[in-house]
Amino acid sequence: MNATNVLVSLAAVVLLFLVGLLGGMGSGLGVLFGVVIPYLALAVFLVGLVHRVLTWAGAPVPFRITTTCGQEKSLPWIKQAKLDNPSSFPGVAGRMALEVLFFRSLLRNTKSELHEGGKVAYATSLGLWLGAMAFHWSMLVIILRHLRLVSSPTPAFVAFIQQVDGFLEISVPVLYVSTVLFLAALAYLLWRRLAQAQVRYISLFDDYFALFLLLGIGLSGFWLRHVAKTDIVAVKELAVGLATVNLGGAADAAARIAPLFYGHLFLVCALLVYFPLSKLVHMPGVFLSPTRNLANTNRMVRHVNPWDYPVKTHSYEAYEDEWREKMKASGVPVEKE
Amino acid sequence: MAKFDEVAYYNRDDLLKVDHDSPPQTGWMDTPVDWRPGSYIYPGKAKNLKILDLPNPREWAVTDDDWKLPENWKQIVLEGMAERLKKYRSFKLFMDTCVRCGACADKCHFFIGGGDPKNMPVLRAELLRSVYRKDFTAMGKVLGKLAGARELTVDVIKEWFYYFYQCTECRRCSVFCPFGIDTAEITMFARELMGLLGLYINWAIEPVANCYRFGNHLAIPPHGMVDTLDFMVDDIEEATGIKLEVPYNKKGAEVLFIPPSGDYVAAPGIYTCMGYMLMFHELGLDYTFSTYASEGGNFGLFTSHEMIKRLNSKIYAEAKRLGVKWILGGECGHMWRVLHQYMDTCNGPADFLEVPKSPFTGTVFENARSSKVVHITEFFADLIRHGKLNLDPSRNDHIRVTFHDSCNPARAMGIFEEPRYVIKSVCNNFFEMPENTIREQTFCCGGGAGLGTDENMEMRLRGGLPRGAAVRYVQEKHGVNQLACMCAIDRATLVTVCDYWAPGVQVTGITELVANATIFKGEKKRTQNLRLEPIPGMEDEDEDGDEE
Repeated sequence: MNATNVLVSLAAVVLLFLVGLLGGMGSGLGVLFGVVIPYLALAVFLVGLVHRVLTWAGAPVPFRITTTCGQEKSLPWIKQAKLDNPSSFPGVAGRMALEVLFFRSLLRNTKSELHEGGKVAYATSLGLWLGAMAFHWSMLVIILRHLRLVSSPTPAFVAFIQQVDGFLEISVPVLYVSTVLFLAALAYLLWRRLAQAQVRYISLFDDYFALFLLLGIGLSGFWLRHVAKTDIVAVKELAVGLATVNLGGAADAAARIAPLFYGHLFLVCALLVYFPLSKLVHMPGVFLSPTRNLANTNRMVRHVNPWDYPVKTHSYEAYEDEWREKMKASGVPVEKE
Repeated sequence: MAKFDEVAYYNRDDLLKVDHDSPPQTGWMDTPVDWRPGSYIYPGKAKNLKILDLPNPREWAVTDDDWKLPENWKQIVLEGMAERLKKYRSFKLFMDTCVRCGACADKCHFFIGGGDPKNMPVLRAELLRSVYRKDFTAMGKVLGKLAGARELTVDVIKEWFYYFYQCTECRRCSVFCPFGIDTAEITMFARELMGLLGLYINWAIEPVANCYRFGNHLAIPPHGMVDTLDFMVDDIEEATGIKLEVPYNKKGAEVLFIPPSGDYVAAPGIYTCMGYMLMFHELGLDYTFSTYASEGGNFGLFTSHEMIKRLNSKIYAEAKRLGVKWILGGECGHMWRVLHQYMDTCNGPADFLEVPKSPFTGTVFENARSSKVVHITEFFADLIRHGKLNLDPSRNDHIRVTFHDSCNPARAMGIFEEPRYVIKSVCNNFFEMPENTIREQTFCCGGGAGLGTDENMEMRLRGGLPRGAAVRYVQEKHGVNQLACMCAIDRATLVTVCDYWAPGVQVTGITELVANATIFKGEKKRTQNLRLEPIPGMEDEDEDGDEE
């Protein structure tokens, strides 16, 4: 099952790349692969993601089920863990910021090992946290860097990011740190999924496909910048054309760009379409997680369940009716003598 | 020859042959359940389902081929899922957002002690998620097995029954999940769905039925409760010379006291119960027990959201009937998850009560101003801080104690410092277990959420291994001989766990330690603690024969 998942997901990504490549080769297909498909993919992404988030948001949170990871707010002389067990909005905002920006929970990760004689050893295990941080942050930087393609002139913060990201000043054009981190992190995440028995056993097609797709995008992007050196002027014309809905200009530019670019672009389109359908929705999902985004104020402030309904209970009257004589004999006060 | 429901049946070395890194050759969807005695729990009896008006009451056995499910069982489950996906954001979100990163894998005590990959929280959730994908997601409908989707079959239901009753809803995995996915939540939904088919475990549903009718899990009727506590009153008098009165169903008392019923009947819980009564007597607290609301423990939490509410309703109802001002809760784990996270929402608003205020220190418990229920270690910590207890911790000097954070007070409340402050105030020798095994990372006793029954002994011992190993670590390093906890299930199950994995360590409640360190007004010359054991250094000199 696992080998199938790996091979099928790899084959699917290769196939998608080839479709894009062939699309770029086909004469007159530039408009389809450079204009129509990107617009469609973006539409699916936005509509799909909004639909997902609205579906989650539309489901009520009947109970306040915070997972508390530190000291509660109780007596005034006991120090509360305001971020790991928040009781106010700033605390929750801080907890969520740590979770979203720095993967706080993953940072706690340990590896447990059962040793001879029933001893259990725990060691800090930061590989996954480092891999995840490197991947997500470099992806963010790469996306921001790509803004230079759709905006003219390049916004100052994008230029700044580019400058910092390229501080190594290796090769021409400059090799970005984010590129290296992105590919290395993905390679690590793929390696651990394949090499670690526990993770391999739980992995699905979805897990490999997302990794191969992102790797495909990263590698083809690297190739376009550093090896094939694509016609960046034409790419920018296309991107600006798409962003400003100048379809004529976009179509003109699309015809001048080499096929490899379309392999890259088609994978990006595939990612956009795949995103709302897959586990990648964890990105908006994390913001809604009720174990993290609720203050632990359960005894301070009443939480209302919007669909609460009456239930059948065993009343005191029924209880006393059943036991009255025994209660009286034992000296337990009763309502009806 | 010992049987599978006895500890002696299990050889330690055999149990420890666990390989976490060699999952079966077959994929998890194609690996059948190994129904070995000792690893599953008997089904709920028809009589208990009938008391509660639950569907499909019948007699059946887990080993039967035919579990006598209703004709339209599949429709019932899928409709039940659809309904809950709409009513609970947690359910929908936790079905969608898992990325199978594996951070939770080795956080579960059952996986650490057993190695069955389906006890990795992620895979436990996938048992349900795979069905969700098949019937509720576009990818699952189109790609089927490739998308991790599978058809709901009777075998899937049986697999749910096995593995969702191998989860103690301890929430340790949810601490480590980058998306806060809480397996307790998933297990609760799976159990609710099975419940729609009349699939319950008797060890949970019989206490629920008892709790419904008697007000407590153990089916103690009012006169039985009086008899039980009378025995304790006698023992208290023997140990301390103090003859105390126990108030029952007393109208107009200031405080309604709600303990777990486990503390009424079995050692070591009874010593904690004796501690409650002694401390309230010593303080002169105007309180009452209730025979109707005789239990705060709520196995409804292990059954369904509706059952939480059905069982818990008695507490506010009784507080209202008796006209008390506020509620004080005893030492119980899952009871406190209900009292803290569910009670006000389910059974509130408690606007007929007053914001809890300690009559002895004047402290207003602001953190309980809506639900009006205070944890006994919060109450004691405040008293000790204000010097209201006459303590002699040296009476506990023969005890070298460590503290087990119970899952629910730890991860659903965050009550860490209060119990430690209290214990350190009444014991001079306190030692922490390793940091990966305490506070929010605390390990379950292996018998919570309805799993603490003897027919489940193999899983209890396996699940208790991480806790047991941590206890043995401090036993060897610091000579620890007592494990304190504030949970009645712990006091029942950790005795077995310690006897097996850390023999020589006894289990105690916190209030027992407090009472044993308290110099009571009017106490006789003390030679015995609440266990009626001699207190070292205070032995009866007559017996020693060296009276001056």
